[in-house]
Amino acid sequence: MSILIIAEHDNTNLKPATLNTLAAAAQIGGDIDLLVVGANCQSVAEQASKAQGVARILLADDAVYEYQLAENVSKLVVELSASYSHILAPATTTGKNMLPRVAALLDVAQLSDVIKVESADTFVRPIYAGNAIATVQSSDAIKVITIRATGFDPVAAEGGNAELVTLSQVIASDKSRFVGEELAVSDRPELTAANIIVSGGRGMGSGDNFKILDGVADKLGAAVGASRAAVDAGFVPNDLQVGQTGKTVAPDLYVAVGISGAIQHLAGMKDSKVIVAINKDEEAPIFQIADYGLVADLFEAVPELESAL
Amino acid sequence: MKILVAVKRVVDYNVKVRVQADHKAVELANVKMSINPFCEIAVEEAVRLKEKGIATEIVAVSIGSKGCQETLRTALGLGADRAIQIETEDGVDSLAVAKLLTEVAKTESPDLIILGKQAIDSDNNQTGQMLAALLDMPQATFASEVVIENGEAQVTREIDGGLQTLAISLPAVVTTDLRLNEPRFIKLPNIMKAKKKPLDVKTPEELGVSTASNVKVISVTPPAERQGGIKVGSVAELVEKLKNEAKVIA
Ligand SMILES: Cc1cc2nc3c(=O)[nH]c(=O)nc-3n(C[C@H](O)[C@H](O)[C@H](O)COP(=O)(O)OP(=O)(O)OC[C@H]3O[C@@H](n4cnc5c(N)ncnc54)[C@H](O)[C@@H]3O)c2cc1C
Ligand SMILES: Nc1ncnc2c1ncn2[C@@H]1O[C@H](COP(=O)(O)O)[C@@H](O)[C@H]1O
Repeated sequence: MSILIIAEHDNTNLKPATLNTLAAAAQIGGDIDLLVVGANCQSVAEQASKAQGVARILLADDAVYEYQLAENVSKLVVELSASYSHILAPATTTGKNMLPRVAALLDVAQLSDVIKVESADTFVRPIYAGNAIATVQSSDAIKVITIRATGFDPVAAEGGNAELVTLSQVIASDKSRFVGEELAVSDRPELTAANIIVSGGRGMGSGDNFKILDGVADKLGAAVGASRAAVDAGFVPNDLQVGQTGKTVAPDLYVAVGISGAIQHLAGMKDSKVIVAINKDEEAPIFQIADYGLVADLFEAVPELESAL
Repeated sequence: MKILVAVKRVVDYNVKVRVQADHKAVELANVKMSINPFCEIAVEEAVRLKEKGIATEIVAVSIGSKGCQETLRTALGLGADRAIQIETEDGVDSLAVAKLLTEVAKTESPDLIILGKQAIDSDNNQTGQMLAALLDMPQATFASEVVIENGEAQVTREIDGGLQTLAISLPAVVTTDLRLNEPRFIKLPNIMKAKKKPLDVKTPEELGVSTASNVKVISVTPPAERQGGIKVGSVAELVEKLKNEAKVIA
């Protein structure tokens, strides 16, 4: 068996979700190659070559790959696919955008958001917002899979020594063009990599009020997250949304403030180790899954919490 | 401009699904079914493009058993002009759905195909991307804004890091995210009108597509239940517990 993984990166840094995907691949077993597609992304290839368990880094470094558009990257992956039994990508928006194209071009199914490897052909994945867990077996010749990072502990980022192979294929994407982006800038840890997350919901009331969570987050070295209602209301940008259709997180500590606990929100955070809920409604469903619940007005409890830390 | 919209019938998002006692599937008997929320947003977007004079015709397609005609009537009530049901058993996998939609697209020749980003039952998030690949069309997934201009779609996408805007040439595939629009309520007269709009039924055989799947479901089990914990009386008690009991803060 041999496995191809598409690395998650921003042309400068290798993203941690790649290391969780490597862990999943290690459980499948076999040689692992890591594909780095981008532009001026040599530094990513260098970081990737140190990750534990990688045999070869395949580097496709060209201006046409700068934004990792699905149209051409999928074609590149298909060109490389013949010698692999499995093709994996992290279940990030980049992986979810691109990998189904690979599967379709190979005429195989894709298994999305895999959280557990049972064997080389049998995998576990949540369905219905995590309210059911499906074990599925694939008889496709090449198994195309996205990996949910929270299901696998990352492999070590250091200690490996992969061989670097430079690819020469340059495939243009003539029907799709990058226009612009608005990326969040934050000094805080990334939501999906944070050990502690403080999340706010509709109960925060406004974007200005939402900022009271910053003080707590700063003291805890935490990332800040949000419910869909808080994002829809414009309190915070979309990249903070946790849930079935947002990000899936599983930190050591998740503090839900003014969040009711809808199933779609729980889908994204209920695997957190410890859950704290602060809500003024003692009937709020979030309390059914919280390890520690505090029935209180958040506008009193949050400042008090900040000074107690 | 013609728009094709794919709509899936799924368990209503308010239902907390249960797993069957035999652990073979989820319980679907007597469960409320609705249009997949992302598909409703897809139809709404198509209708808005028609109201702006950009689109001229909207065709809604659903793949599944007879029940999905109800979903198609919802799409027609929202403003789609006609509907196509492809009659299959329920639960056909995304690759097969994409192949069936490919055949429909080949006969209908739409300029834009809009799908939901994900069906809230399978949580696959695949079909639009697969369809785009099979048709060799560009795609813009997870859309929160769509602007049609000069034969292109400029689409703002919700990505992990924030927002990204792509320009894709038409014909193209777009998949919807939650913040693209807020679907309208269907008024009674439109429900009546929807009943009279054309709804064709086709079979996979007619389209020359096999719906066989290489993925077998071995089991469907309930998730590990999280035990509720305790209520604390004060912030001070909370901090004490987090430090000394849970040991998650220093
Ligand atoms: C297809 C689909 C996908 C979805 N995906 C997601 C997703 O990915 N993520 C997600 O989060 N949601 C998602 N949702 C939405 C979800 O169903 C809920 O609507 C949403 O999670 C509610 O957010 P909330 O808890 O912040 O708001 P609400 O449910 O309105 O809860 C607000 C809470 O704040 C409390 N509160 C108010 N004021 C105070 C105060 N002063 N002090 C203390 N507590 C206070 C209230 O008691 C209440 O419990 C999705 C829905 C659909 C249909
Ligand atoms: N059976 C189906 N009938 C019609 N459209 C579907 C069907 N399955 C999936 N789709 C479309 O594909 C989108 C994504 O579904 P999925 O890839 O299964 O998560 C849905 O929102 C629909 O637009």
